[in-house]
Amino acid sequence: MKFDSLSAFLAMGGYGFYVWLSFAVTLVALLGLVLASITTRKRLLREVQQKQARAARRKAAQKLENTL
Amino acid sequence: MWKWLHPYAKSEEAYRLAGLWLPWFAGFSLISFTIGLTWGLAFAPADYQQGDAFRIIYIHVPAAIMSMGAYSSMAVAAFIGLVWQVKTADMAVAAIAPVGAVFTFIALFTGAAWGKPMWGTWWVWDARLTSELILLFLYLGVIALYNAISDKILAGRAAGILALVGVINLPIIHYSVEWWNTLHQGATITKFAKPSISNDMLWPLLIMIFAFICFLGALTLMRLRNELLRRESHRPWVLKLAEEQDEI
Amino acid sequence: MWQMFTGVARRELVSALRRRADVLNPLWFFMIVITLFPLGIGPEPALLARIAPGIVWVAALLSSLLALERLFRDDFIDGTLEQLMLMPCPLGVLVLAKVLAHWLLTGLPLLLLSPLVAVLLSLDMSTFMAVFWTLLLGTPVLSLLGGIGVALTVGIGKGGVLLSLLTLPLYIPVLIFATSAIEAASLGVAYNGQLAILAAQLVGSITLAPFAISAALRVSVN
Repeated sequence: MKFDSLSAFLAMGGYGFYVWLSFAVTLVALLGLVLASITTRKRLLREVQQKQARAARRKAAQKLENTL
Repeated sequence: MWKWLHPYAKSEEAYRLAGLWLPWFAGFSLISFTIGLTWGLAFAPADYQQGDAFRIIYIHVPAAIMSMGAYSSMAVAAFIGLVWQVKTADMAVAAIAPVGAVFTFIALFTGAAWGKPMWGTWWVWDARLTSELILLFLYLGVIALYNAISDKILAGRAAGILALVGVINLPIIHYSVEWWNTLHQGATITKFAKPSISNDMLWPLLIMIFAFICFLGALTLMRLRNELLRRESHRPWVLKLAEEQDEI
Repeated sequence: MWQMFTGVARRELVSALRRRADVLNPLWFFMIVITLFPLGIGPEPALLARIAPGIVWVAALLSSLLALERLFRDDFIDGTLEQLMLMPCPLGVLVLAKVLAHWLLTGLPLLLLSPLVAVLLSLDMSTFMAVFWTLLLGTPVLSLLGGIGVALTVGIGKGGVLLSLLTLPLYIPVLIFATSAIEAASLGVAYNGQLAILAAQLVGSITLAPFAISAALRVSVN
């Protein structure tokens, strides 16, 4: 460990603001990208499901109509 | 019959393979990010000139390297897509572009945040920063073109052509900016002269580069799977997949 | 093949002459942009001469961008483009003819306007010559690179802004070398090197751009 204490670690020898700002922005950007990709995947699958459910409902309704 | 099966099997197979590789890339990326960041932030010695501000190098340099790497892999995918008419490769172009753009943004932002304590300003028209900015514009162009065309097959091909044009222009732009820079300013960068990097500093850097490579791979696979789902949303295998994942 | 090349170029020129506004407006725009700079910065001749290279070239970039759309847009809408693709001749050759005609209508007039620009921005003779040479070598590159952008965006309804976003980054090397040639000329230094690089860019884009443009057109017209 190069730093003596947690406060020294956070201070980064006086450059804390710049160092932590860079790392925070990087983390946010990368995590944002991951989250965006995951939510897109979920949305796409949900859309497929909804479309299928709708098709099934329509089919059922048609069947009902035919039998009546 | 094989010929008839081929296009159907292909995207499903691609989806399956991407899913098979994804955990490996994601796992390696996570592990090497953890090791690289702790080593770089807490254990690597401080630079004798720049003090602890130099630790920004552990994200700035990998992001910068991989922003170029992502662009070249995008161009390779575009080339494959254009020459052999592989649709999956066109999708890969669309999948890589946003990741590359984010890397470029990170490289620019950390460059600015590093420049502030070192140069005294957030932004200088340094050759490397300027070409990185232009690289961001090229990425945004590819993304914008892909999003503007509603037929995604054509959009992928158009984006691929633009990526290839960009990759031919990129070296020209890079060298012209470098030349322009040496013409207009003399000595601003001397403070940034290469510090002879010691092994304790170099190892975390290499690990971080590896982490960024794996991250690029993982995200590309994830987004490629999304593209496959989007384009094949009427195919039976997608329907089955959606059925299997009930609770989402 | 040569016949088809000249035929396409001639047809382009004739149809442009029938609609002069399309050709004249970008020139007009070029002059207005150049007029705006002295109004915005101040009329001192020394200052104007110092920033003249940048003004001239940024104005040239913008006006070339403005004129680009008509390179393929009209032909795309009325179906001429599809006919061109069916001609028994490599599409790249025909595309080159169209770009050449386009440059004759938009790039060449800028050269004719350059003496006027030199007067307005109080340039001396050697600087004016540099402006002339860089425009002569640089504007065809702009037309060729811009052609790629137009070909990619021609199928999109509102491609105007997108076109500039795609093409402007590609213009940067031309801008850098052209302005530095003019600057060198104003300092009385030789600028053959910059002109040689511009010429190299011209040769490179003449050989490569037609392929890119025709590939992009094949995607757009589909």
